[in-house]
Amino acid sequence: MSDLISQNLNMIFKTPKGDTVHALKDLNFTLKKGELLTVLGPSGCGKTTLLNITAGFIRPTSGSITLNDKEIDGPGVERGMVFQQGALFEWLTVAENVNFGLRMKKEDPIETQKKVDEWLEIVGLKGFGNTPTYQLSGGMQQRVALARCLINDPDLILMDEPLGALDALTREKMQSLVLKIWKETGKTIILITHSVEEALLLGERLYVMAPRPGRIHKEYNLPFASMGLKEDLREIKKNKDFSQKREEILEMIWNMEEEIMGKEN
Amino acid sequence: MITQIVTFLIFFAVIGCILYGRRLIKTEKVDAVFGNPERALGGTHWIIVGSSFLLLIWLYYSWDIAKGFYPKSANELCQVAKVNDSLLGLKYQFPIEEREFKSTSQIKKENKNLRIIQNEIQNSEKLNNQQKTILISFISKTNQLIPLLTNEDLIENVTKQKINDITGKINLLTENFQKPDYPFETEQELSQRLRAVDEEGGWGITKVDAGSGSIENTLEVPLVPATERGVKFHAAAKELNLISDEFFKLRNHNPQFKNRIKELKNEIKSYRKDLSDNEEIASTYAKNIVKIARRIEFASIYPPNALDNMQAAIIKFENAQKNAQGGLRFIDMFLFPAGTIVASGPSCSEQGSGRWLPKPSDTLNKFILMSKPSVGYKDIPLLWIQMVDVSKMIGFILPDWIADILPGEYPVHTKDGIVKQNFKGGVLKIVTGDFNLFKVPVPYGHIWDSFLRVFLGLIFGILIGVPLGLFMGLNRFAKGFFDPLIELYRPVPPLAWAPLIISVLGIDNTGKVFLLFMVSLSIMIISARAGASGTQLSKIHAAHSLGASKKQILRYVIFPNSLPEILTGIRVAVGMCWGTLVAAEFLAGTTGIGFVENVAKKYFQYEVIWITIFIMGLLGLLFDITLRKIINKTIPWRGKG
Repeated sequence: MSDLISQNLNMIFKTPKGDTVHALKDLNFTLKKGELLTVLGPSGCGKTTLLNITAGFIRPTSGSITLNDKEIDGPGVERGMVFQQGALFEWLTVAENVNFGLRMKKEDPIETQKKVDEWLEIVGLKGFGNTPTYQLSGGMQQRVALARCLINDPDLILMDEPLGALDALTREKMQSLVLKIWKETGKTIILITHSVEEALLLGERLYVMAPRPGRIHKEYNLPFASMGLKEDLREIKKNKDFSQKREEILEMIWNMEEEIMGKEN
Repeated sequence: MITQIVTFLIFFAVIGCILYGRRLIKTEKVDAVFGNPERALGGTHWIIVGSSFLLLIWLYYSWDIAKGFYPKSANELCQVAKVNDSLLGLKYQFPIEEREFKSTSQIKKENKNLRIIQNEIQNSEKLNNQQKTILISFISKTNQLIPLLTNEDLIENVTKQKINDITGKINLLTENFQKPDYPFETEQELSQRLRAVDEEGGWGITKVDAGSGSIENTLEVPLVPATERGVKFHAAAKELNLISDEFFKLRNHNPQFKNRIKELKNEIKSYRKDLSDNEEIASTYAKNIVKIARRIEFASIYPPNALDNMQAAIIKFENAQKNAQGGLRFIDMFLFPAGTIVASGPSCSEQGSGRWLPKPSDTLNKFILMSKPSVGYKDIPLLWIQMVDVSKMIGFILPDWIADILPGEYPVHTKDGIVKQNFKGGVLKIVTGDFNLFKVPVPYGHIWDSFLRVFLGLIFGILIGVPLGLFMGLNRFAKGFFDPLIELYRPVPPLAWAPLIISVLGIDNTGKVFLLFMVSLSIMIISARAGASGTQLSKIHAAHSLGASKKQILRYVIFPNSLPEILTGIRVAVGMCWGTLVAAEFLAGTTGIGFVENVAKKYFQYEVIWITIFIMGLLGLLFDITLRKIINKTIPWRGKG
C-alpha cells in the first residue's frame, strides 16, 4: 500500500555538446514501508539522479515512480529530504529552520512550538532553539536538517550523503541517531552514501549501483541495521560477516571504477 | 584666540603621543618581528598625531597661525605691499631686481624688431626693389634715432635738472621715513584714521548684509593702516606714487631727436599716402616701422650713467624700508608660507595658499553664521524646521481626479452671488489640501533637500530594482527582455544623462530624483539579480520538499538569501547617488549642497566651498556608517556558515 515502486525508470540527459548520458536505465525496485535502503556506487552511477527523481525535483525520461500508488510528479511534503551540507536557511534560527515547513502550511503556532521542542529534544538540540544556524557545528547543522525534515511527518525520507561532510566521531554519533530515528518513527528511508561501511551499517537493504548506464548492479539484504539498534556500532564493524561484505563491495566498486578509467583511456 | 589654543594643544598632543608611542614599543609583549600584521593594530595615539598634523598644516598654510598670533600682520604687510607696488615702476628702470637697465633691454628689443622686419622685407617676393630700398632706408633711420637718446652730451639741462629733483625727493623721503614720528600725523588725522580702522574691521571678518540677511564676502585684508609702522609705509607709498608719476612723465627728448623723429614720421606718412591700393604690403611694413619709432620715442631711454644717482637713492630707500619692517619680515617669511599679501593699486589681497585655503577659524565662524536659519545661504537655511499643516501633505498625496470622478457637479454660484458647498466640492477641498488640520514640524533647507533627493531616488530604485532584479535572476524571459534596456543605459556615466533629464523633467526635484533613480535602479537590479541567481539549489530544493509554494520560496528563501547582495548594492548605490547628486546640483537647481558650492564658486567664497565640502563628506560618511550598522544587524550570517 504505502510502498515506493519504480517501474522501468529511465533518465537520459543531453549534454550541451549534444551527447546523451544514460543516467538511469530500466530501474525496477520496490521499497516497502519502514524499510531503510542505502544506495552505494561510484560517482556518476545515477545515485543522486535517482534521489532527485524520487524527490520530484526532476522528471524521469520514461517509466514511472509511485509512492502510495500516487505518481510522483513534483516535490511534496510526504517526501522529506536531507542534503549533504544541510542546506539550512542561515538567516533563520534553529527553531525557525525546524518549523519552516509548518509555518509554510500556516499551522497553529503554539502547536508548532510544541512539535519543535519535541524534535529538538529527539535530535539532541534541546535549548538551541534561538541559536542562529551559522553558529552551529557541522554535526549540529545536520541534526537541525533532520529535525526540519521529520517535523513534517513525511512518508519517505531521502538522504543525499547527509553525513559525508562530517568528521569520523560526529559521523558515528549521527549514524546512531539515524538508526534511532528510523526505529522510533518507522519511516521509510533512502540514504545515499559514498562510504561502504556506512551503507552496510545503516542499510536494511543495500543497492550497489553501476554507472553507464546507471543501473542496480547488486542487491543485499543486511542484518546489521537491526543489530545496530541494540549493539554498539563499533562492535558490528568487528563482525566477520561485516568485514567480508565490506571487502566484497569495495572490490566490486573498484572494478567498476577501473572499467570507466579504461574506457576513457 | 581659538587658533592659538588649538595650535598649542596640537603641539602638546603630538609630543605626548610620540612619547607614549615610544614607551608602548618598549613595553609591548607581541612578537616584535617585522611583517607581523598585529603590529599595525591599535595606535589611537598615532591617529591623534596624524589628525594633528593635518590640522597643523591647514592652520599653517591657510595663514591662520599668522592671524591668530599676529592679527595685525596682514594689515601691516598690506602697507608694505603698497610701498613695493609704488616703487615697482621705478625699480624696474634699474638692475636692482632685474638683470639690466630698462633702457638696455628696450634698445635690445627694438633692435631685434627692426632686424626682423628688415629680413622680412629683403626676402619678400611681393615687394619690388624700389620699395625695398625705401623701406630699408626707413629702418636705418629709425635705428639712428637710438644714439640720439643715449648720448650723454646731447641730454638737455632741463632733463638733468628734473632727474636731480626726483632723486632729491627720494632722498628726502628716505630721510623722513627714518624719523620716528614720520608721517607727522596730527591728532585729528590720527583719530580719523583710527575711526576708519574700526569701521573697516579686522582681517577675515565676515559681515552679514543687514538688508537681505545674506552673507557677504569676507574682508580679505584690511586696507586702512592700523599701526604706527603701517602708517609710515602707507604715507611713503603715497609719496612714492607721486614721485613715480613725475618720473614717468619725464621724456629724454633733445631738439635733435625731436627733429629727426618728426622728419621720419612725415617721410613715412607721405610715402604711404603716395602708395596705390595694390601696394598694401609696403604700406603695412612702413606702418610697422613707424610703430617701432614711436615705441622708442615713448620709452624711458636714458644715457648709461644719467640715472646713477637716482638708482643709489632708490637702493637707499629700499634698505631703509626693509629695516623699518623689522620683525614683520620674519613673520612674512615664516607665517605666510606659499604666498604673501599683495597690493595692486589701492587694494590688498592674499595671494597664495592663504587665498584658496580658508582659515579654520574663519570657516568655523562662517559655518556657525550659515547654520543660523535667519542667515542660511541664498535665503534658505542649511537645515531647519518649518511648521507645515498636515492638510497640505494630504493634498499632495491624494490625486485631484478623485474629486473629478465622483458623480454630480461642482457647486455653481447662485444669482445672489453665493456659492453653496456640496459633497463633490467638499471632496475637492480635501484632495487639494484646502483645509486646516494641525501643523507638524517638517525639516527643510539645503542639506535636507540634498538628503531627500538621494533618499527618494534610492527608495524608488530599491522598490523597482529589487523585485525586477530577483525576477531577472529567476526567469529567462525577464532576464532576456530587460537586459538590453539596462545594459544600454547603465554603462553611460550618470552625469551624461543629467543635461537631458534636467531639460526634460526640470531643474527641480523631479529631474534629480529621476536621475538618481536611474543610478540606483541599475545597481539594485544587478545586485538583486546576482543575489537571486546565487541561491544554492539545495536550499530551494529543501524549501520545495518542506512544502513551500513558489511565492513562499521567493519570500522566505530567495529574498533573504539575496539580502547580502542587495544591501551591498544599496551601499554602492548610496555612494553613486551622492556623487551624482552633487554634480547634478552643480548643473542646475535652486537648492541643495551642490548648488551652494556652485554659487560660492561664482563669488570666490572659498570658506563656503570648504564648508560644503565638509558637509558632503560628513553626510557621505554618515550614510555609509548607518548602512554598515544596518548591514551588520540584518545579515549577521554573511561570510559565516
